[in-house]
Amino acid sequence: MIQAISIDLASLNIPSLAPMLVAITGALTILCIDLFSKKLDKSLYVMMTILFLVVDLGTVIGYNGGLRGFFDMMLVDGISILSQIIILVASAMFILLALSQKRFHEYKYPEYFALFLFMIAGFQFMVSSDSLILIFVGLETSSMALYTLIAMHNRNKSTEAAIKYFTMGALAAAFFAFGSMIFYALTGSVELAKISEILVASNFENYPLILIGVVFMLGALGFKLSLVPFHIWAPDVYEGSSSALAGFMSIVPKIAGFIVALRFFEIFIAVDNMWVQAVLYVIVVITMTIPNMISLVQDDVKRMLAYSSISHAGFAMGAILIGTTQATSALFLYWILFLFTNLGSFAMLWVHRSKDTGDSDHPFSKFSGLVKSSPVAASIMALFMLSLAGVPPFSLFWGKMYLLGAAVNAGFIVLALIMAINSAIAVYYYLKLIVYMFLKDPLESDSSVTMGNANNTLKTVIGISAMITIASIIFIDPLLEMINYYVQISGY
Amino acid sequence: MEHILSILIFFPAIAAMMAFVVDKDSMRVYGITVTAIEFILSAYLWYLFDGNNAGMQFTEFMPIISQYGISYNVGIDGISLFLIIMTTFMTMISLIGLTEKRDLKNLIITVLFLEMTMIGVFVALDAMLFYVFWELSLVPMLYIVGAWGGNLRIYASIKFFLYTFLGSLVMLVGMLYLAYVYSQTTGTWSFNIMDWNMLMLPYDMQMWLFIAFFAGFAIKVPMVPFHTWLPYAHGQAPTIGSVILAAVLLKMGTYGFIRFSLPLFPDAAVAMMIPMGILALIAIIYTAMVAYAQEDMKQVIAYSSVSHMGVIILGIFALNAEGIGGSIFLMISHGIVSGALFMLVGVIYDRRHTKMMSEFGGLAAVMPMYAVVFGIMLMASVGLPLTIGFVGEFLSLLGFFAVSPTLTVAAGLTIILGAVYMLVLYKKTFFGPITNPINEKLQDIKGREVAALVPLVMLVVYLGVYPKPILGPVDNSVKQLIQTMHIKSVTPEAKETIAKVNTIGGAK
Repeated sequence: MIQAISIDLASLNIPSLAPMLVAITGALTILCIDLFSKKLDKSLYVMMTILFLVVDLGTVIGYNGGLRGFFDMMLVDGISILSQIIILVASAMFILLALSQKRFHEYKYPEYFALFLFMIAGFQFMVSSDSLILIFVGLETSSMALYTLIAMHNRNKSTEAAIKYFTMGALAAAFFAFGSMIFYALTGSVELAKISEILVASNFENYPLILIGVVFMLGALGFKLSLVPFHIWAPDVYEGSSSALAGFMSIVPKIAGFIVALRFFEIFIAVDNMWVQAVLYVIVVITMTIPNMISLVQDDVKRMLAYSSISHAGFAMGAILIGTTQATSALFLYWILFLFTNLGSFAMLWVHRSKDTGDSDHPFSKFSGLVKSSPVAASIMALFMLSLAGVPPFSLFWGKMYLLGAAVNAGFIVLALIMAINSAIAVYYYLKLIVYMFLKDPLESDSSVTMGNANNTLKTVIGISAMITIASIIFIDPLLEMINYYVQISGY
Repeated sequence: MEHILSILIFFPAIAAMMAFVVDKDSMRVYGITVTAIEFILSAYLWYLFDGNNAGMQFTEFMPIISQYGISYNVGIDGISLFLIIMTTFMTMISLIGLTEKRDLKNLIITVLFLEMTMIGVFVALDAMLFYVFWELSLVPMLYIVGAWGGNLRIYASIKFFLYTFLGSLVMLVGMLYLAYVYSQTTGTWSFNIMDWNMLMLPYDMQMWLFIAFFAGFAIKVPMVPFHTWLPYAHGQAPTIGSVILAAVLLKMGTYGFIRFSLPLFPDAAVAMMIPMGILALIAIIYTAMVAYAQEDMKQVIAYSSVSHMGVIILGIFALNAEGIGGSIFLMISHGIVSGALFMLVGVIYDRRHTKMMSEFGGLAAVMPMYAVVFGIMLMASVGLPLTIGFVGEFLSLLGFFAVSPTLTVAAGLTIILGAVYMLVLYKKTFFGPITNPINEKLQDIKGREVAALVPLVMLVVYLGVYPKPILGPVDNSVKQLIQTMHIKSVTPEAKETIAKVNTIGGAK
């Protein structure tokens, strides 16, 4: 006979679930509204999504309950709160881009917005748990939703991208399940904290098996974070999805992935496990370098940005490799600044989107002499490019500097030099776009429309990103203080 | 005027932003007015400057990222004062002499932004602030070369950007490491150069950091073998770009050596005296020969710049008051002279749209004034006594004589070789019969060209005869710098060498 389960409701710590519940409720509400009336405009859904995201953000920031909740499945620590803030802010900025001037297929469906909120809930679960099972559930929820969102763009390339992403994603999911299984077999637990405890206590007994588990996890997380050599899906998927969604994908799923990677690899980095560190070191270096090289020869701005995003992911992964508190802070600082810069640059592509284009949406030549026709747009785009390249005093420079500082302080001087050299290589392709916009003359037979998709909402989003990029020097200090606070209370 | 340095930095930037409103046709007057005000401000700064005080003056401090020790920290001493005045002066002159017609508004706005970054580099006392301005100066220059340059302008501008950017990133790693060392030693974070100056670093660490900073500075100077970007940048840049590049941007590198490498790494600097001297010597002789082989007038002057920058490096690494003081003077004089020479080439280019020497000949007959001004600048560039070029070159060489007479004798070739290529250029262009009939109708310099060139000629002669107003304050600060180096050096050999090379001038 099964024993009756008796659990005190207070010990469940329901508030730890509140943020995800808000997102899920939001998604269900949107679906319900759709049941009653089919004729509602996308603007309603966009604003509802934002409302729910704001409430969600409120519950995240206002959370003051215990660290653990819901059968110990939830772990709401500092980095969880911090990453949820990043996810929610980025999502709100992204969904505003749906209010574009042109009408696009996917925004006609309320399901798009419902799926979007489900996805956010999935990411939030991913970052606020250290149970491999809940992480897996969150990962799958969000990924499934994301595949659909990509496919809803409804062009040949989008479907191709979605299927490609789905196939690779399924493989990664299998990797994740297999890796978790190995660790469960080794330690009898799926909670990372316990796994760590047992592994350290047993002094990494059964080392080959542990390494196999690490490899599987690395494959799964590497796929999510598009680390080389698990990155090959990324450029195609970015190209196939709308620019706005591509910008979103370069930020939000990755920060969720970084948190899981941080929690997982911390087990090994904290005890200076040589093999895992060596593998990570190699992966970080090639993730920074190879996409950088490939990026040099791209003809399409979006593919260029896709490869450059991979390279930036390599930089951030470097922070996990370094593993000090300062490095973790650097990861968050880098990613927050990257959020605004990268979202801004993808949004800039989004406003130049025209409905019917040939093979390539945004060839470099489309931007020839943009400074002549729309100087402000060209200047803002140039600003984002310079920031991505790490030219001071624009925002991403400070992230890069802090990350380099963290590397130097932890004794990773060679890594810091490799990062520096990669930044210098990256300048070339960012400059390429600036050269096209500022130094070349417009094409004679220019049929491509620039700024065709712009309206005030999009301009506001871009304006906010641009302001943050320019004025970052003022708020780095308070931002860093906040990040340090959250990182320190969670002990990474 | 407590905040005069901040005003100096940000006035051009604010003016540049307001310039967007100014109408295209009135832009030139606006630009000249702004740079003139800026120049007057910097002259006023000189007036306020206390020449007997060797330390930092007009300092301002405001934390930016307090947790990491980064702050807005500016101040000047005798070393940077004249570089600032030279910067504002040359920017003003280059705008007065500006003949560019295309997109004049954008060009002037860019120049004003560039002026902000240049001043910023010379007044920054915080390494990170220095780095910010240092890197930011690349962007306007990229635009100037890339948008208004010659046929290969895009290649030239990207090469310029990539080269310097790579070097400076290595320097950035060095700076971060130094800050880390500082925090390990003292427990607080700081990027303040004055704080860093208190650090006593072990010899090996000094060498590594010296190399990291060298990567940033040597490319900017440029020192052989990192000079290959310069002929392209000069060759393709419009006149105003060349003037500013030669007059100011190159000086950032040598200034960096004096501000960072010498006081921070005295032992490394002593150990590198001879290697740096040899590199400088190669630059002096090799590029002088290359300059001789050029067909294009602008390339001759571009290579001569590299050659003269070699003399500056030589003076700096003499590590004595004469050498460093002389090299700072040479920075000023080279800024004025090479700026003037590029402007003169621009004058002829505007008329003929070619810079090839073979196209000219006998210009002295049709353009007598032009020939006179060119002649004076040429003499100054060669280093004829009683011109501005002589003082700095002589002092630099004199300084290095205390280090190595052999190398100095070889470096003395700079005057001979300089005379060779410059006089050949002058002969081919100005003397002989007029071979090309088009040249017969050329107009002599007039109007704004005269207005731009005459002040330069006057300065060249005046400072050549009486260099004291500059040398005095420079000398004070340089002596203090050498004092710092002497105190800070950790190896006895370095202490001894610094004392030894300084005996002729009686600085010790």
